[in-house]
Amino acid sequence: MLSKRIIPCLDVRAGKTTKGIRFKENVDIGDPVEMGRFYYEQGADEIVFYDITASSDRRDIVIDVVNRVAEEIFIPFSVGGGIRSVQDMRDVLLAGAEKVSINTEAIMNPRLIPEGAQAFGSQCIVLGMDVKRVQPSPKIPSGYEMVTHGGRSDTGIDALWWAKEGERLGAGEICLNSIDADGTQQGYELTLTALISQNVGIPVIASGGAGSIDHVYDALTKGKADAALVASIVHYGTYTIREIKEALLAKGVKARKTWR
Amino acid sequence: MIGIIDYRAGNLKSVERALNKLAVPCRITADREVLLEAERIIFPGVGAAGKALEDLRHLGLDRVLIQAYEQGKPILGICLGAQIVLEKSQENNTRCLGLVPGEVKRFPTPLLSRDHDPLKIPHMGWNNVRILKPHPVLAGIREEDEFYFVHSYYTEPASETWGIGQTEHGIEFTSILGSKNLIATQFHPEKSGVPGLRILKNFSTWKGTHAQ
Repeated sequence: MLSKRIIPCLDVRAGKTTKGIRFKENVDIGDPVEMGRFYYEQGADEIVFYDITASSDRRDIVIDVVNRVAEEIFIPFSVGGGIRSVQDMRDVLLAGAEKVSINTEAIMNPRLIPEGAQAFGSQCIVLGMDVKRVQPSPKIPSGYEMVTHGGRSDTGIDALWWAKEGERLGAGEICLNSIDADGTQQGYELTLTALISQNVGIPVIASGGAGSIDHVYDALTKGKADAALVASIVHYGTYTIREIKEALLAKGVKARKTWR
Repeated sequence: MIGIIDYRAGNLKSVERALNKLAVPCRITADREVLLEAERIIFPGVGAAGKALEDLRHLGLDRVLIQAYEQGKPILGICLGAQIVLEKSQENNTRCLGLVPGEVKRFPTPLLSRDHDPLKIPHMGWNNVRILKPHPVLAGIREEDEFYFVHSYYTEPASETWGIGQTEHGIEFTSILGSKNLIATQFHPEKSGVPGLRILKNFSTWKGTHAQ
């Protein structure tokens, strides 16, 4: 039986993480490679590196980070942010990432999904979805709308439709981020998570809103998610990955034990 | 030296990096001579069976693998590399290498858990392996260790004698198979953290023999 995955997400800008992790000894570490290794050793099941750099020479920096991460960690990791072409995907995958995540780029150019899936296999293509709650309407019947550019732009696209469309186009996984819950630490958007997870046949990673271990538990049970993305609750030392997993195991959720 | 067979199938570098970390000499190559002289061969693979076999045959590497197997050279197949040692695959209806009798099948749909929840395909993520018989390459691996899987097809050797490990995802399937000097894992040891690295390390000193 598959374990539910716990996936730390690191935001990277110009080769540095934007939020350093605060170790128990109160040392800030801003190097994504060091942070990646830290979470690998703590028992993360996967790691997401999200590149929020906007400069033009960014590709080289990103590829360098991916290469160095791949030499240090021996679990899957994905890279998202600014992947606009099959060539961008190829660069990141050849540097050692297991998966690429496309979000705004996929809405601007949906053909990226089948082209990427054709070239590298569906398992490499993660469809990132930023979703906002709205009044249900004929155009947005689910009451959840896709937004882009980190939540700044509305699209008029129904999130449930887009999730199914993404799967049909060849995405191998969905990383579902609730803009309403993101940053609140009040819990994942469980209605949205369950709605999407129960309507697609590919794995769904819940994202946005984790503030406690109970929130993670809820996303994986009530939310029916296959994995949970965590950021602040692990970056600031509130919990370790191991503490989250021990609590999940105690509540009967299968999680991968990496400690002996 | 371990020869990593290069037939343009997926990310060979991750296998190379894991071996580098373990300080095990290796080389990614499509050169038949180099492969036949290597002490051991790793046969990785990501992608579709049809294309993989076509590329292998085009490069003449199908014959190298068969020859290396007959010579008794230790061989480790990974993921697609574990599938195409069988006789045939339902994926693209492909005739495979035939080192192991049996075939490769797609997970049935709908696929349900023991609690009757629908399960997803591909089988992607971390799962356990129940070891059916001890093997030197699996020394130190424990029941609770988990390994990283990504696949929609699974191996079904014709006889139980080929099964070394078993995994559950709606059905029980063979996740480690082999005989004589061949061992093959459906999961990715190079992406499976500490227990995965242990398997690669064990393989790097395996002589290709074990008590049946």
